[in-house]
Amino acid sequence: MPADGGIGASTRRREDVRFLTGKGQYTDDINIRGQAYVHFLRSDIAHGKINNIDISDAENMPGVIRIFTSKDFEGVGGVPCGWQVTDRFGQPMQEPKHPVLAEGKVRHVGEPIAAVVAETREQARDAAEAIIVDIEDLPAVIDMKAALADGATKVHDDLTSNLCFDWGFVEENREAVDEAIRNAHHVTTLELKNNRLVANPMEPRVAIGDYDAARDEHTLYTTSQNPHVIRLLMGAFVLGIPENKLRVIAPDVGGGFGTKIFHYQEEAFCTFAAKAVNRPVKWTSSRSEAFISDAHGRDHVTKIELALDENGKFLAVRTDTYANMGAYLSTFAPSVPTWLHGTLMAGNYTTPLVYVNVKAVFTNTVPVDAYRGAGRPEATFQLERVIDKAARELGIDPIELRRRNFIQPDQFPYATPVALEYDTGNYQATMDKLVEIADIKGFAARKAESESRGKKRGLGIAHYIEACGIAPSNLVGQLGARAGLYESATVRVTATGSIAVMTGSHSHGQGHETTFPQVVAEMIGIDPGQVDIVHGDTSKVPMGMGTYGSRSIAVGGSAIVRATEKIIAKAKKIAAHLLEASDEDIELKDGQFTVKGTDKSVAWGDVCLAAYVPHNYPLEDLEPGLEETAFYDPANFVYPAGAYACEVEVDPETGKVEIMSFCAADDFGNIINPMIVEGQVHGGLAQGIGQALLEHCVYDENGQLVSGSYMDYAMPRADDLPSFTTDTSCQTPCTHNPLGVKGCGEAGAIGAPPAVVNAVVDALYDMGVTHIDMPLSPSRVWSAIQAAK
Amino acid sequence: MISVTMTVNGKPVSGAVEGRTLLVDFLRETAGLTGTHVGCDTSQCGACTIHVNGRAVKSCTMLAVEADGAEIATIEGMATPDGSLGVIQAAFKEHHGLQCGFCTPGMVMSAASLLAENKNPSEAEIREYLEGNICRCTGYHNIVKAIQAAAAQLG
Ligand code: FES
Ligand code: FES
Repeated sequence: MPADGGIGASTRRREDVRFLTGKGQYTDDINIRGQAYVHFLRSDIAHGKINNIDISDAENMPGVIRIFTSKDFEGVGGVPCGWQVTDRFGQPMQEPKHPVLAEGKVRHVGEPIAAVVAETREQARDAAEAIIVDIEDLPAVIDMKAALADGATKVHDDLTSNLCFDWGFVEENREAVDEAIRNAHHVTTLELKNNRLVANPMEPRVAIGDYDAARDEHTLYTTSQNPHVIRLLMGAFVLGIPENKLRVIAPDVGGGFGTKIFHYQEEAFCTFAAKAVNRPVKWTSSRSEAFISDAHGRDHVTKIELALDENGKFLAVRTDTYANMGAYLSTFAPSVPTWLHGTLMAGNYTTPLVYVNVKAVFTNTVPVDAYRGAGRPEATFQLERVIDKAARELGIDPIELRRRNFIQPDQFPYATPVALEYDTGNYQATMDKLVEIADIKGFAARKAESESRGKKRGLGIAHYIEACGIAPSNLVGQLGARAGLYESATVRVTATGSIAVMTGSHSHGQGHETTFPQVVAEMIGIDPGQVDIVHGDTSKVPMGMGTYGSRSIAVGGSAIVRATEKIIAKAKKIAAHLLEASDEDIELKDGQFTVKGTDKSVAWGDVCLAAYVPHNYPLEDLEPGLEETAFYDPANFVYPAGAYACEVEVDPETGKVEIMSFCAADDFGNIINPMIVEGQVHGGLAQGIGQALLEHCVYDENGQLVSGSYMDYAMPRADDLPSFTTDTSCQTPCTHNPLGVKGCGEAGAIGAPPAVVNAVVDALYDMGVTHIDMPLSPSRVWSAIQAAK
Repeated sequence: MISVTMTVNGKPVSGAVEGRTLLVDFLRETAGLTGTHVGCDTSQCGACTIHVNGRAVKSCTMLAVEADGAEIATIEGMATPDGSLGVIQAAFKEHHGLQCGFCTPGMVMSAASLLAENKNPSEAEIREYLEGNICRCTGYHNIVKAIQAAAAQLG
């Protein structure tokens, strides 16, 4: 650790001071002089034909400035989808228009029908209640399989059916997989559901539109994980505003977890309305609105089959999945059940044949899109559950069965049958580490102790791999992404040597303001306090694809390294001139430029000064100034992997599950700030355990959201969770990015659900329970016990 | 409109409010203290936790008019007089008890009232006390550690 607080140091976070003193600036904390307030009138039915919207009473209510309906948005584009999937017959997916305000029909509870702009929040809300909407109820399509039945009501009349696409991967393997399964010694089959979730970042979404008529400039403040992406999508596809006239600012953002990636109608509305009424307009989502307007996550129904030979070697995997898209295609929705899911179905294993079929279905529910892990938790859950079931059926220890099938350390780089090439990994090592930290040997004694108290104890193992650091632009382009996914950074050095780094990554809890300076400071050999991070403002950062898919350090961090390398190269030239030496002879260490083999040196600060106030400067060869920009496009995904163990106690009388311990041994490659990485693992584990035990987004058959508040949607609370045991000492550095880093943000949410469910099934296996669908609430567990009797 | 006056972090604050104005909105909009957050509309999340007359209260469950004349403390008043972090705040920083920071003001206010009631809480007692404060980022692990550390330091 050469520089104090450089790479590898658990530097405490500098952003904490403002958050701990109430000085954070979240979007709702921003108030612009003269701002008006928006309230959306949202559909309270799942499917209906809008016959008439009568705003005449509402318009005359106190404080009302203007009321908007879809009529005001004629000629305005729909909210676009950023990913096009091609089905297994070579046809593009069906892609309906997603209007800013409902056009002719409503298709899910929560869809905005009209919007009131008024002087105060209360006046806007009161006027929205006075709007009279004549809607004719239509039958709602909620269940995915029913939605695909002949004669099913169509969510979109102009589409041929409710099938968005029928995707096969790898289509050429289909017959070989079928044959391998037909001929296998043993086939384990499991039908399961990946429960629908609501991301629930604690900060609800907010949008403020501001328009400067004199300059014809728009500004949008929004709770986004990727302000440049919003600028591009909204400017180019929805409102037709040139990017030079549109500034998007995402200030402090209170958590994202995927749901703040997407471009939402409310952002487009506030930007549009600010110009239309020539006032700043602000919309703050209530939590109840968030439940019916934030994109949801997961919601897959799957049948998976695993074929094994007599030694327990995996021969083939075949899966059939129904993936809920909701009523419209959210920004990245089609990529989640396809490329982010099918490509992970080899897991950590040498399975030679894989075939994944996914039918994506429109229903009268809120759109579904990426949520922490996005596709990879769904893949991992199926695989790690079916492996566990196979182990029991074959009488092989679940850890041993995994070990027999792991890709071995000497097999990297390893090309899977599902399009990925894993660059590096060591799964035996993470499993060994897990066996140690989870004291697997002591489990039998702990189980006996639990049984003596009338409790059933279970141990669940899962070993995940994920592809993150999204993504190589050319690869995702081939896979249907409508944009490449590089990242940019500008490193701006001042005359006195302090540095501002403009990054396209966006922090909404990940601690970039602390971690990124550690990298730059280490490279130059200066104090990290001299380096500041600027992010979240399209007018300050050249370009950015944002933060999701655990890509900040792997892609954004790499761009910062590349830009810093350019800075160092130029600074060395300046130093060489000052020291009257040749460029190649200059070495940089601890902030000093030295002529190799001599004691002649010049300090970082003096070189920076020379760059900006050049008296003695090689003006013929070099421009003054010290500022560099780099765009970094990764050559491959990064592949973190890890072994998780969960121990539970189940009360067989009540079905209540208690987590006794949770251990995680992760391989994230090199680590910049271990404290922050550990925190990311904790958060992911909490969300994964939440999915496994508590969280469930439920619609009734009419499309009413039954779990629409924190009274009904069970968020994990402090007393639902244990303290965690984490370990990141197994490190196989990524081979293709300059820091050797992998991502850590999604790991816990990917690996935890199968570990928890495997543990509960282990506890109850001798009672005849072989599977329970998540969330494993006491009533579901109790019912499973009764059913098995 | 009804006029109300209360003491917030030691300073008098007055304003005219509607009968339906929530205390949290009064603090955020009239007093300009945006450190207190709103994370839900069913009194479940605790992001809005403040102290009213020395007791932890979810400020979204109280009307501004009900707080007329009250002593209010918010996150903005938790630092030491010289502006440096108080013991609980410093422990949250030291133990990485926050990520996005949105739940943090409410967590700190709850932690302060817990430690005022119970100087040496066990892990289970801390977890139970925080039941009304939701954090989506940290998994609570480091929040619990931070509160234990603050308890040890406050003695
Ligand atoms: S905002 Fe008060 S409890 Fe959620
Ligand atoms: S730190 Fe983000 S919700 Fe707690």
